[in-house]
Amino acid sequence: MNLPDAEKLFQALVARLGAHVTPDTGVVGIVTGGAWLAERLHRALGVRTPLGVLDPSFYRDDFSKTGLHHSVKPSQIPFEVEGRSILLVDDVLFTGRTVRGAMNELFDYGRPARIELAVLVDRGGRELPIAAQYAGANLEVPSGMVLVLDRASSGELSLTLSNTRRERKAAQ
Amino acid sequence: MSRNPQLNAKGALQHLLTIEGLPREILTHILDTAASFINVTKRDVKKVPLLRGKSVFNLFFEPSTRTRTTFEIAAKRLSADVINLNIATSSQSKGETLLDTVDNLSAMHADMFVVRHAASGAPHLIAQHVGAHAHVVNAGDGRHAHPTQGLLDAYTIRHYKRDFSRLSVAVVGDVLHSRVARSLIHALTTLGAPDVRVVGPKTLLPAGVEQLGVRVFHDMDAGMRDCDVIVMLRVQNERMRGALLPSAQEFFKSFGLTPGRLALAKRDAIVMHPGPMNRGVEIDSAVADGSQAVILSQVTFGIAVRMAVLSILAGN
Repeated sequence: MNLPDAEKLFQALVARLGAHVTPDTGVVGIVTGGAWLAERLHRALGVRTPLGVLDPSFYRDDFSKTGLHHSVKPSQIPFEVEGRSILLVDDVLFTGRTVRGAMNELFDYGRPARIELAVLVDRGGRELPIAAQYAGANLEVPSGMVLVLDRASSGELSLTLSNTRRERKAAQ
Repeated sequence: MSRNPQLNAKGALQHLLTIEGLPREILTHILDTAASFINVTKRDVKKVPLLRGKSVFNLFFEPSTRTRTTFEIAAKRLSADVINLNIATSSQSKGETLLDTVDNLSAMHADMFVVRHAASGAPHLIAQHVGAHAHVVNAGDGRHAHPTQGLLDAYTIRHYKRDFSRLSVAVVGDVLHSRVARSLIHALTTLGAPDVRVVGPKTLLPAGVEQLGVRVFHDMDAGMRDCDVIVMLRVQNERMRGALLPSAQEFFKSFGLTPGRLALAKRDAIVMHPGPMNRGVEIDSAVADGSQAVILSQVTFGIAVRMAVLSILAGN
């Protein structure tokens, strides 16, 4: 299938978010792809609050099945969550389980005024009542296929479709 | 050759009994995971839900405050239910065998056993005995091993020195009776530290210790020279009464870490101690409270390292 250009989706997302994000918004990316996207959005939208990063591995609902095998990145929320408007960012929204874990983790830092979700691609297939307020695109992806964001050493973002889950290869 | 009893059929860690024989990737995975838990322990809510609903039994057949407490905090920060048993004051004094005790606790649906025992090999025996779903962590057995202490020492060294590939590390004092020293030496050689030294009197170094890949020094000054890391071991008072050591004063004179001896090491050398310290026996107060001591950081990091071990085991 033809995949859209991730850089174009990014521009579309910036245009949609422009009117809603303020310099005080707390932008939080979910590792790995969501953190890359959040870093770009944070810069493009001129957000003053430092960028946050979450790895919700310690909050996953499939821990008892899959364990902790890949390396977990430290979560870093370098601002006060209490009472703040949060923009949670991920690359691809699928079952909603990662977002559920990320929201649980956020609440362990404080009670946000609001959490909104921005994703590059919404591929459907939700297993929880979770929705993205901002999506670069809605895409039909065959179940069983994995859609991930990659980042080139130049910083350019691209989408890749594969049969199996794999470790991201891009530079940090 | 039989399989490493700590690993399951997939090669993942089922029990943590000793660092000896564990591949470098497993040690690195534990240290990396611990680094992520450090941030959790800095939050207002110092808890994650990973071990919710699991029961962790702290089985301490030998007294310990620090290790038992840090295991308890680690398990609680992972949301596990923790049951502390001081066996010295319970069923064993009524004549129950070790494995009968474990069977009874297994019947209470224990998911993890954290075991401290005066007999080397006791945690290994328990690991062979428990059901496939249960996990055993050695919290110190006899003179054999204290793997989470070795890991937290390695974590502390990596935190301050970034990587192991150019480090000189001196382990000083009563290596003979020290499970801490044995676990740390295995961790350091596995993680690639090129120069590991043991420093102490002949009577307190095990025969053939060179076979662990270490250099032996009987002269403290020579052992300190250009070191990046100095690990002082606790001199146990009970050793002083026997033939191994004449007196505390005598030991301090030859092997105590004083500011003068510390000056022989690199200027940015760090000083570690597994605790509890004997000030004026193995370490001078000026060094213990000095800017190069990272002894209290070891305690803090120990919680994150134990969280990493418990959560990795629970997921395997």
